[in-house]
Amino acid sequence: MIRRLRLFGVEIGAVLASVLIFWIPLYFVFVNAMKDKRGASLRSMSWPTSNHLWSNIKEVIQARDHMLIRAFVNSTTLTLLSIAILLLVCAMAGFVMQRRSDRVTPWIGFFVLAGLIIPPAIVPTIWVLDNLHLFKTMLGLIMVEVALGFPFGVLLYRGFMGAIPREIDEAAVVDGCGGFRLFFQIIFPLLKPVNATIIVTSSVAIFNDFTNPLYFFPGSDNATVQLTLYNFMNQFVSQYNLLYTNILLITLPPLVLFIFFNKKIVAGITAGAVKG
Amino acid sequence: MVKPSLGKSGKIVSVLSCVLLFASLLAGCGGSNNNDKASPSESASPSVSASSSASESPSETESSKPQDKVTISLLVDNSQDAVNVAKALVDAFQAKNPNITVETETRPAGSEGDNFVKTRLSTGDMNDVFFYNAGSLMQALNPEQNILDVSNEPWQSEVIDSFKQTVSFGGKLYGAPTNSSMGGGWFYNKKIYADLGLTVPTTWAELMANNKKIKDAGITAIIGTYKESWTSQLIMLADYYNVQAEAPNFAADYTANKAKYATTYAALRSFEKLEETVGYMNKDYLAANLDSGIKMLAEGKGAHYPMLTFIIPTIVQNNPESIDDIGFFAQPGDSPDKNGITVWMPPAAYIYKNSQHVEEAKKFLAFIASPEGMAEVGKVAKPTGPYVIKGAPIPDDVPQVVKDMLPYFDSGKTAPALEYVSPIKGPSLEQITVEVGSGKRKAADAAALYDKDVEKQAQQLGLAGW
Amino acid sequence: MTKVWKRTYTYYFLFPAAIIYLIIFILPTFMSFFFSMTRWTLQDWTYIGFDNFKTFFQESSLNIGFKNTFVYAVVTCGFKVVFGLLLGVFLTSKIRTKNYLRSVVFFPTLVSTIAVGIAFSTLMHPTEGLINTTLASLGISGPDWLGDTRFALLSVAFVDVWKGVGFATVIYIAGIMSIPEEYYEALQIDGGNSWRKFWNIILPLSRPATNAVIILAFIGGLRSFDILWPMTRGGPGFATDVIASIIYKQYQAGFYGLATAGNVILFLFVSALAFPLSLYLNRREVDL
Repeated sequence: MIRRLRLFGVEIGAVLASVLIFWIPLYFVFVNAMKDKRGASLRSMSWPTSNHLWSNIKEVIQARDHMLIRAFVNSTTLTLLSIAILLLVCAMAGFVMQRRSDRVTPWIGFFVLAGLIIPPAIVPTIWVLDNLHLFKTMLGLIMVEVALGFPFGVLLYRGFMGAIPREIDEAAVVDGCGGFRLFFQIIFPLLKPVNATIIVTSSVAIFNDFTNPLYFFPGSDNATVQLTLYNFMNQFVSQYNLLYTNILLITLPPLVLFIFFNKKIVAGITAGAVKG
Repeated sequence: MVKPSLGKSGKIVSVLSCVLLFASLLAGCGGSNNNDKASPSESASPSVSASSSASESPSETESSKPQDKVTISLLVDNSQDAVNVAKALVDAFQAKNPNITVETETRPAGSEGDNFVKTRLSTGDMNDVFFYNAGSLMQALNPEQNILDVSNEPWQSEVIDSFKQTVSFGGKLYGAPTNSSMGGGWFYNKKIYADLGLTVPTTWAELMANNKKIKDAGITAIIGTYKESWTSQLIMLADYYNVQAEAPNFAADYTANKAKYATTYAALRSFEKLEETVGYMNKDYLAANLDSGIKMLAEGKGAHYPMLTFIIPTIVQNNPESIDDIGFFAQPGDSPDKNGITVWMPPAAYIYKNSQHVEEAKKFLAFIASPEGMAEVGKVAKPTGPYVIKGAPIPDDVPQVVKDMLPYFDSGKTAPALEYVSPIKGPSLEQITVEVGSGKRKAADAAALYDKDVEKQAQQLGLAGW
Repeated sequence: MTKVWKRTYTYYFLFPAAIIYLIIFILPTFMSFFFSMTRWTLQDWTYIGFDNFKTFFQESSLNIGFKNTFVYAVVTCGFKVVFGLLLGVFLTSKIRTKNYLRSVVFFPTLVSTIAVGIAFSTLMHPTEGLINTTLASLGISGPDWLGDTRFALLSVAFVDVWKGVGFATVIYIAGIMSIPEEYYEALQIDGGNSWRKFWNIILPLSRPATNAVIILAFIGGLRSFDILWPMTRGGPGFATDVIASIIYKQYQAGFYGLATAGNVILFLFVSALAFPLSLYLNRREVDL
């Protein structure tokens, strides 16, 4: 009984701490997004005297010829296409890497591990992209995101693939399945939990990515939502209300994704990362 | 059960492969030399010739059919002022030239913008016209290769010489001024001056005496806004008039690696002056930004703000009631008879050398560099100092703080800031001045460190003599 | 392996990934060794040998940069391991608000780094920020979190932990949940308390999770740039410069060869720390 009471006390403490540590910054952004310029410049937590959220949203969206809308389109395209390619190439690579073992596989494993560790060489990458005429193009940025997301993704798939019994492959091969049919018709559908994990973690990472667009996708037509926020940081230096409104708007998509996939994140990581 | 990621044998292999990878990396770097050497030059030359030949043919067809609608593109930085100025110029220009449309694009400001412009030029897709700094930043763009020579345009005769000097490279002129000049020096609050019975200082010692009195009266003597670290450079940069007055050849010697900050007394003074201001700033000077600095100045919460005069329009807009309380003086030197102002030149408009619409772009520049163009600019951006186009007067209704600058100009006591007369400006200056201004580094040490930073810049630019 | 299996698990599956990875990641990495020895404008280059490395090592902030990078990585990694483990244990125990707390802890992971940077810079303002106004109302005068050179790096590290602890926690939750029930049952028969449960079962058996968190957080910390840059830009002065921010500053200044040399140095620095660490952790895992 006492133990249960103590646990209950700890739990209450934890909930209070979560409010203090995690909700207050969010609440702070939210109330200041509702204030006018003068109100927000006070940096206070108080509830706004009048609600300016809608006019702020309107102003943020209209700024710079609706740059934010273009940025949303760009970021969405970038995220969707990158994820689609990433899922496919990582699953395929993870499949072979887990199933095969010969003299070459440790090398492949090593190069993948190296990709997790080595910081990307930025200017040479720009140079390579430029020579391929991919610098400052959506395709080029997608390739960068795929290349940099590949090591993590493939490790998750390789780990998860280990939990899929080889007997399935054997039965399929006995039935006359080739490698590609085996993979696409039988294995790939079994990968749903880890797909969900990669969709959530990588899409958030790509949608929120700041460094790569900063380097590889410059230009105001090319803006992504993070670059837009970064530019607004200079431009709205005296208008914190607009800055916070912008933050609020660009936090919504990951939030929605999170609400949908919340439970699957843990499930997918259980299956993949730890066994990896 | 949970398994380790690599089996034991796998681990040995991975250690081996690690070693092998390094070996192959080293071998790869030696072996790839020749290929690398060939490919960039190959890829660069066809693209240049392709675009230059492409640029000739359309302009011919355009001159034969002048009625055709032509669209040229313009690149400006994304600060509100720059966007407003560009819009005013474009609107007025289009009204005069209905067959030319100008599309404006924005880029980041500051050093990110520098990089943006350089990348655009090096990848060969710069806009037809772009607004960019004059002086060393422009010289770093490799003007001969990237920017169209406009030395022989008729409007050049309208431009004052001290501006021309800042857009010239190898004896040719490359740009047209887009705005008024601005001064760098000390804003002060006249009310506080009147209350404490202070007078405008003409020597550095007088200024420091004023600072002390203000501090003793319990008022912030100097506004510091180091959150935006570039603002920390002001005292050091605005001292250049005094450097030039004491050491007239400093700019040339410094560019030629013959004079150093640490060993030239007048130049070292610039750092020392900054060091002397330690302790006089507002408590939150490391967290305050330019905007809050302007606010403090306007609201009388600080007596002095060393800054560029480009902030005047912001004060007029945000605190119109207090603009008349604010005055301006040049950063004083050590002797009262050598008291002049350091001047920042406006950004210039440049034409991209491989532009396909050179004629239209030239027309646009001619419009900008005319009294008429400057009048349009003046409508949206109050002048922050005299214009550098002859015959473009500053209007009478400008606030007194702008007029405070006129005596220096009228008596010829002006010097362009060092960054306009020498291509070298060390990229770490703002970090160094933050350290000096916050008492973390001594002036002499800072000057020596800055000399090293400058050396790096000069070497990377490939300047002779470094 | 038999022929059938070689044909089934054909390396063609690797092709798409390999092409992208080789061209966009491996090739530039190799090229960086060459370009780090040039003065380079992207259009053309001059070979200058090791001059860039000499210059980079003379960079006044480089010593601070190495130290900061290391301190930052150790501090963020350490806190993520400790908090991640404690939260992981707590959030797998029998509590009512489990789902709520898991979501809340994970949420910051989803928010953009710049947004987090902007919000915390405001909260950490020395006179008007919420943190110091709250402290002031308790009679404590808080320091200038981002302006004081003694605190600035740790303040940024704190924000990094705030944002990244959710991910560590999820890995720990997954690790703890994969511990088979039999162990707990055996302990109950022996009559162990919850402390022994933590010390004898959870801690050793969640080691793979610990390893994953250490590796990811440590490497992430060594390469970290995107929280630090919007918050301090390496300042005040050079006080919070890390290697990645020094590289970015060279890049901004247009010193592409020099920036690439910095990249190579970062590459060697990270490799020298991360590869041995990863081998060490894996060996420990096997010994168990």
